[in-house]
Amino acid sequence: MNSVASTTTQDTDDHGPAKGIKRWLFTTNHKDIGTLYLWFAFIMFLTGGAMAMVIRAELFQPGLQIVEPHFFNQMTTVHGLIMVFGAVMPAFTGLANWMIPIMIGAPDMALPRMNNLSFWILPFAFTILLASLFVEGGGPAFGWTFYAPLSTTYSGDSTALFVFSVHIMGISSIMGAINVIVTICNMRAPGMTWMKMPLFVWTWLITAFLLIAVMPVLAGAVTMVLTDKYFGTSFFDAAGGGDPVMFQHIFWFFGHPEVYIMILPAFGIISTIVPTFSRKPLFGYSSMVYATASIALLSFIVWAHHMFTTGMPVYAELFFMYCTMLISVPTGVKVFNWVATMWRGAISYEVPMMFSVAFIVLFTFGGFSGLMLAITPVDFQYHDTYFVVAHFHYVLVTGAIFSLIAATYYWLPKWTGVMYDLVLAKWHFWCSLISVNLLFFPMHFIGLAGMPRRIPDYSIQFAGWNQLISIGGFAFGLSQLIFLVLVIKACRKRGAVVNHQVWDGAKGLEWQLPSPAPYHTFEKPPKIE
Amino acid sequence: MSQQDKSQYYVPAQSPWPIVGACAFFLIAFGAGHMVADLQDPQASQWGSLLLIAGVLVLFIMLAGWFKDQINESRSGLHNRQLGISYRQGMLWFIFSEIMFFAAFFGALLYLRVIAVPWLGGDSNNAMTHAVLWPDFVPQWPLTETPDGTKTQAMGYWGLPLINTVILLTSSVTIHFADLGLKKGNRKQLSSMLFITILLGIGFLFLQVEEYIHAYQDLGLTLSSGVYGNTFFMLTGFHGLHVTLGTLFLLVMWLRIVRGHFSSENHFAFLAASWYWHFVDIVWLCLFLFVYVL
Amino acid sequence: MVSSAQRVLLLCLFTGIQVLPAAASESSINLRKGVTDISHQVYDLHMTIFYICVVIALLVFGVMLYAMVFHRKSRGAKPANFHESIKVEIAWTIVPFLILIAMAVPATSTLIDMEDASQADLTIRVTGSQWKWHYQYHGHGIEFYSLLDTPMEQIQNKWIKGDDYLLEVDKPLIIPTERKVRFLMTSDDVIHSWWVPDFAVKKDANPGFINEAWTRVNEAGIYRGQCAELCGKDHGFMPIVVKAVPPAEFDSWMLQQKEFIRQAKAEEQRLLAMSMSFDELMAEGEKVYGAYCAACHQPNGAGLPGVFPGLINSVVTRGPVADHIEIVLNGKNGTAMQAFAKQLTLKQLAAVITYERNAWGMNSGDIVQPKDVHLHKQGQ
Ligand code: HEA
Ligand code: HEA
Ligand code: HEC
Ligand code: CUA
Ligand SMILES: [Cu+2]
Repeated sequence: MNSVASTTTQDTDDHGPAKGIKRWLFTTNHKDIGTLYLWFAFIMFLTGGAMAMVIRAELFQPGLQIVEPHFFNQMTTVHGLIMVFGAVMPAFTGLANWMIPIMIGAPDMALPRMNNLSFWILPFAFTILLASLFVEGGGPAFGWTFYAPLSTTYSGDSTALFVFSVHIMGISSIMGAINVIVTICNMRAPGMTWMKMPLFVWTWLITAFLLIAVMPVLAGAVTMVLTDKYFGTSFFDAAGGGDPVMFQHIFWFFGHPEVYIMILPAFGIISTIVPTFSRKPLFGYSSMVYATASIALLSFIVWAHHMFTTGMPVYAELFFMYCTMLISVPTGVKVFNWVATMWRGAISYEVPMMFSVAFIVLFTFGGFSGLMLAITPVDFQYHDTYFVVAHFHYVLVTGAIFSLIAATYYWLPKWTGVMYDLVLAKWHFWCSLISVNLLFFPMHFIGLAGMPRRIPDYSIQFAGWNQLISIGGFAFGLSQLIFLVLVIKACRKRGAVVNHQVWDGAKGLEWQLPSPAPYHTFEKPPKIE
Repeated sequence: MSQQDKSQYYVPAQSPWPIVGACAFFLIAFGAGHMVADLQDPQASQWGSLLLIAGVLVLFIMLAGWFKDQINESRSGLHNRQLGISYRQGMLWFIFSEIMFFAAFFGALLYLRVIAVPWLGGDSNNAMTHAVLWPDFVPQWPLTETPDGTKTQAMGYWGLPLINTVILLTSSVTIHFADLGLKKGNRKQLSSMLFITILLGIGFLFLQVEEYIHAYQDLGLTLSSGVYGNTFFMLTGFHGLHVTLGTLFLLVMWLRIVRGHFSSENHFAFLAASWYWHFVDIVWLCLFLFVYVL
Repeated sequence: MVSSAQRVLLLCLFTGIQVLPAAASESSINLRKGVTDISHQVYDLHMTIFYICVVIALLVFGVMLYAMVFHRKSRGAKPANFHESIKVEIAWTIVPFLILIAMAVPATSTLIDMEDASQADLTIRVTGSQWKWHYQYHGHGIEFYSLLDTPMEQIQNKWIKGDDYLLEVDKPLIIPTERKVRFLMTSDDVIHSWWVPDFAVKKDANPGFINEAWTRVNEAGIYRGQCAELCGKDHGFMPIVVKAVPPAEFDSWMLQQKEFIRQAKAEEQRLLAMSMSFDELMAEGEKVYGAYCAACHQPNGAGLPGVFPGLINSVVTRGPVADHIEIVLNGKNGTAMQAFAKQLTLKQLAAVITYERNAWGMNSGDIVQPKDVHLHKQGQ
């Protein structure tokens, strides 16, 4: 579809990478920053995962064994926060940094210095969040959703730290999103029309829009929590005319689009990988674009499906139920499109494809349980049980995380110039696939049978399943260590050298660059036919 | 602005400022977190506030340094048209994010007025809320008596708020004329109109402070007097903060203009400042309407 | 290396394994049918939607599996090049949409039923607080608190856990069968959520607001549930137990309760006239402390620094007795320290305050009598 007019090997005159630590601190290079983001996200994934291991260890048996309930709540909360804001979102931003300029034929992101700033805020923000665990009275213990008044009147001293760390990670996300949008709108190479953009770029464009629209609302929510707790306001306190449920409205107005922020780029990745290994163009490119846009728009009017039990009037419950159910339609379009793309292709199962296929199946499971949750009268039974936990781990772990892993296996050779260790990769896939289902599938059962979420101890009827879940959890955690080893090996260039076209069926500008991709890509815009 | 076309990209060189900025944010967040938590405790050490102040200082140093580099690069013709467009788009999206930040508070105001307060008074499916929990509560807006009995007076829109509205509207006009002056190459018009805008901004802030004093001393209207006071001070307060930053922003522009910066083509920073000012203005109009008049 | 076919098979097996057990409607892995008409409706709705999802999954993944197996490159498949088909796209937009409408219709009618709490025979106010439930029978003057009854030793794995581990309370809520019972949910502090799966009732208890829910139980029995909204440290330890009894039995229970209340009042009067011994107070105090206070201030009185203050040698427990009585009676506004004046009897209050001033090595020797507490109450 396109050819690169100017490649880059000739141009090494002045700014190659600086030496030493300065390269990483001062960099304006989208690949460096992308790498930083990806490593940061991975480290956060391990940190949040370690907390999940604490949760699973405590829940291995009924009774209190390892941690106190108060600490357990901190683990749940910080696990959620770190995974969402520290692992998944930065990982996608890292991929955006690495790939979007290349995919659209730009030399770099539109605002490279701001790019650096938006990355470097993150380690600081999470340092503050983690440091709050060591404050007297412990870190945030009110769930990642920090419902008032548990997070206001009844929270510990670390709440202010929590609030400000969310503020600055929000600033970081907004800057990152502005950068992505501007890059896509303004830096496309001549001939890269809107409807020629790779789907990963499209999904990120829409994701970035969602980010700019809702992160400020989150900032508003935490600000109100701060003033309610420390400055005597009563936004969420009926005594002063406020309403605790208003917190939930504001939070979920952010929170629901947020979950799509974590899945739309994943859709983009899967839409890139499936055609490559089916050796067939994506079945419906334009309908994929429209579906993504519909999901994004709908996501603004479904937020209260997290709040069915809060006592909204029945017409509001109906409205949010219908809108929520509607989201299944565009999402279905995506699933059907992937299947139609595979249909009559010439499929081969390289590791990225293995993860993508697993994604399609398991994400759809998560989607189905989401649809069940959307049915208000039944959600009364599901709400705040492990059924919800099962739902969102299917869409987040076997959805978002699997897509991220697939993307890494897809582009890692392009980043490093060597093929990673395929034996390890296959081990990683099979161990992950089996253990992740052991981990999250039985959660549906205990949820339906009545186990509430966010509890450190449970009644004995749930004991058997929880043990299985914990074993699955440890196994899934250990499996990710295989991935760690594999990535480190690849980064140290242990492996067979690859040429520019790593996968025979792959299309797109990135495959016309040498592997590893040179430090500076397009100094002159490539021409796209 | 050098009139290169899109055939050559421009990638800014490495810069130490972003990481300095990140450190500033760290100091601000960490410091503010400790300062706020120590508010209740008079015996607490003050290192939280110190960190916060240090953070703000570093932030300003960073901004100064970053923009200085930026200005030098721009004036030496390094920036091309594409970068200019990127900056403009970036600024617009930034303003959009600010709009959404205010939307959170306007949304809260709307929810409280239309839903929470009437519900406390027994509306919709909350008849029992009123009958059992708050039988004496009278729902009304402005909420001059909260369910727990805190009383306050409402702030009318006559007087200071109206004057302030006129001031800000005028300032929007003057900055527009400054803009026209720049485009026509009439630098005298540019600097004088901009100067007037800045004076108007300062005037606005001054009156705003007067109004706050009036609210606290005469009306008993405070940040903690129920949701009316909450929304009143949060909205006008964040707006005031934005006016302050906007005025500073304009002031820097004025200083640059006096030194002969900007041309009719190359004036992104000035443009951004004026956009920002218009945005602050429009927010005020919404505020005036929803907080004061209605 | 495993061949692709093997891999595909494995994957397919896996999908199968996942769907089957869920389909089996066994109670330990599925929703309970429950004991009300509504809960049956909810259960049916749940199963219907579940089966619809299973069918869609079988279709979609069936097609996908076929492609995965037969359109493999290793089997010599040549890629077709078709893409973009408006017809197909429209079909797979419309069909799911219709399916959704089919789901929405029964869901809507069930929901409207559930939210109609009017014309109830009995109204009970349910108030959550950290970490217990308070039940008040409207218009009958009967009220009581309901607390977790599982011994600490079981939770700490020192004793064998009972069958109803964590799902047992000291005083269950008693309701009649065959009558429409309306619940008014609210809270004294944070948000809780009152949930009994067998009734398909889950409603948040929001501080400052009242939410309504209702149930009409068909079968007498004991039904257990749990708080379903994170409400702080002991969220996992605030169960709900409801005993549904036949109407006649319920009515006599009500009469009996009213008699108990009268007797308790008389007993209180009698107590005011006499003094209790130190040992008696300490023994009673320890019991009360363990049930009502230890959740926050910890069994050893040390509290959780930064969240709940320790009581050993604190300003209050070492300070004037009046201040101590005051904070226990009325709590402290805007903190987790709640008012215990209504929750505990004069005897219990006197005992726990005495206990807090003499336990954990403080041995102040202060004795607080029920009449002292009574005087303090009067003094306001
Ligand atoms: C990546 C994240 C992600 C994604 C993509 C989704 C997707 C969806 N989610 Fe989920 N959700 C979360 C993350 C996510 N969710 C999280 C984190 C929570 C919990 C937050 C918390 O409380 O902590 C949550 C909670 C949550 C709730 C609240 C539950 C409760 O607390 O009571 C609900 C209720 O409606 C819901 C619904 C949905 C629906 C309808 C979708 C839909 O988008 C799914 C659509 C997909 C499909 C339906 C499958 C594919 C479609 C077809 C094959 C077409 C044919 C199908 C039909 C017509 C049936 N989600
Ligand atoms: C993208 C987001 C994401 C991801 C990836 C995960 C991943 C995991 N989650 Fe998470 N989870 C959430 C988002 C996520 N979660 C959210 C939002 C909540 C709600 C929080 C709330 O209620 O407020 C939640 C809540 C939640 C709960 C419910 C807690 C409760 O309600 O009390 C549980 C319980 O099992 C759980 C488990 C796990 C496990 C086992 C993993 C595993 O996939 C993790 C695997 C990774 C590792 C383990 C790291 C790698 C390995 C090491 C570091 C080496 C050490 C390993 C060993 C010792 C074995 N999560
Ligand atoms: C849900 C949690 C909780 C429960 C249950 C609880 N308290 Fe408290 N208590 C607190 C908190 C929080 C404070 C601190 C209030 C403040 O900020 O001053 C406190 C303070 C106190 C103090 C004052 C301590 C001091 O030095 O300031 C006393 C005495 C006390 N409680 C006694 C009791 C008694 C007696 C009971 C049981 C009958 C009890 N508490 C149950 C949370 C609780
Ligand atoms: Cu009460 Cu959870
Ligand atoms: Cu949602």
